[in-house]
Amino acid sequence: MTSADAFLERLPLVARDLVTSWLPEPWRWLVNSLISIAVILSVFGLLFAYVTLAERKILGRIQNRPGPNRTPIPFINLRFFGLAQPFADGIKALTKEDLVPRGADHRLHFLAPVVLLAFSILTFAVLPYGRHLVPVELNAGVLYFFAAGAATELAVFMAGWASRNKYSLLAAMRALAQLISYELPLLLAWVPVVLVAGSLSTTEIVAAQAGWKFNLIPHWHVFTPWGAAGFLIFMVAALAESNRSPFDLPEAESELIAGHLTEYSGFKYALFFMAEYFGMIALSGMAITLFLGGWHAPSPYLEFIPSYVWFGAKLVVLLLGFIWIRATFPRLRMDQLTRFAWKFLVPLALINLANAAFWSLSFPWAGPLQLLRWLISALVVVGPFVLLGRKLSVGVAPRVYRYAT
Amino acid sequence: MTAALVLIAVLTLATAAVALALRNLIHSALLLIASWFGLAAFYLWAGAEFVAFAQVLVYVGAVSMVVLFAVLLTRRSRADPVVSPDSLSRAVSAVLTGVAVFGVLAAAILGTRLSPSTVAAPTATVRTIGTQLMGTHAAALLIVGMLLTVALLGAVVLAAQDPAETNQDAP
Repeated sequence: MTSADAFLERLPLVARDLVTSWLPEPWRWLVNSLISIAVILSVFGLLFAYVTLAERKILGRIQNRPGPNRTPIPFINLRFFGLAQPFADGIKALTKEDLVPRGADHRLHFLAPVVLLAFSILTFAVLPYGRHLVPVELNAGVLYFFAAGAATELAVFMAGWASRNKYSLLAAMRALAQLISYELPLLLAWVPVVLVAGSLSTTEIVAAQAGWKFNLIPHWHVFTPWGAAGFLIFMVAALAESNRSPFDLPEAESELIAGHLTEYSGFKYALFFMAEYFGMIALSGMAITLFLGGWHAPSPYLEFIPSYVWFGAKLVVLLLGFIWIRATFPRLRMDQLTRFAWKFLVPLALINLANAAFWSLSFPWAGPLQLLRWLISALVVVGPFVLLGRKLSVGVAPRVYRYAT
Repeated sequence: MTAALVLIAVLTLATAAVALALRNLIHSALLLIASWFGLAAFYLWAGAEFVAFAQVLVYVGAVSMVVLFAVLLTRRSRADPVVSPDSLSRAVSAVLTGVAVFGVLAAAILGTRLSPSTVAAPTATVRTIGTQLMGTHAAALLIVGMLLTVALLGAVVLAAQDPAETNQDAP
């Protein structure tokens, strides 16, 4: 029995067929799609709830405090490290008053969170969660993902402008500048993957990363020089695109009192919060699909674990990385933010594109030429990184403290 | 299928028309973006997946940001983006420009001989689209790139013409 049709691997399909097999043929695909939608919403809804809890707990531990730990589970009154906290938060958000400023643009003010959440949920449609688990197979799946993600910036702007509040408007301007700047490296970072895999379909990109070298090193894109560089650029740009620290200038609690969220309360605020985490989860899922081998196991001896478990494990690791970064880095200044994008990330991403072109042209090289191929490709990654970094930090870093000793 | 096309066409044209009629620039810009979404839906309807997603990515993701940024940066009062109709000569020249562009586009569309619809839809992969763009249509691609660069530079020149006025807005 191969791993492709192991029982655990097919378990989601079997469970779905149990529900839909008694339906007449024309109804089956409709119910199948409805089931996929319901599963995606509930799984990622729960993941969102517990990522917020994990974030608060981990930030708490890093800052030497316990984090939320007092919310008991109803009726049995057990605390369990505050595991019921997300549900308490949800009830609180639902029952709060929904305030809309008198001067606000009411329709846009209402539409902004709705648009944001709708588009961030759309991105989940094309991610391959497992060997047999792709909700929608599109020929241009990667393009669809980033097209749906692009509309979220619009919603942030709508929220900031419709609130008629100076902090919100300032945040909207900052968000526009930031999102325009980081859209480019984000898009340029995944183009090499499309170039080498030769397809825009997420399923085929995952299939291109199957197999192991010497049964040891997986053929994931991140284990090639251009792939490693692309992955790092992608993750930095993804941090900025999901408005996460250290790129959380549009929110910036200490200067803009939460920016575009200032005039939102109750459930609309919760929707924004949810959409932001959905965006982060979806971008992590895309990073896994493009660079970390999708649902493939890291070793042939671990293939008995079903593919969707591997996808979930990689997702959790990336999300914990996001939380760790938030706890560690201070916020950038606006000029640092844009300079970093335009002068550093964009040139590196363009060079990386040429590097991937070289990699795919030198595909037939064999024997000792393979070593040369790796060496050239690694040099093309490291050389510009060091040179650009040195050149950009002239006069800026290292920082000299004149008055403090 | 035809009903879907009619729906898409009506939504696209209606949002574009309302965008023209509104005096609030931000509302106009947002409706224009909705109209671009309609165009993307039309491409999807026609089976051109790649073009549809590229349309959303480029127009809704990037061009919309540039439009909104331009509106916010060029208003004298940031809180009030409502504009009143300008002089008559400006309105007339705007209409004339619009008619001229429409004429050129209509002539191009009418002058193109459309192949009968019985031909099977070509299955274009990303690779073929890429080689077509970089090979056969490389000149057109370069010309469009030049045109956009010139337009961008022109916009910068127009926006930066009056230093006295922009100084008032500066903090």
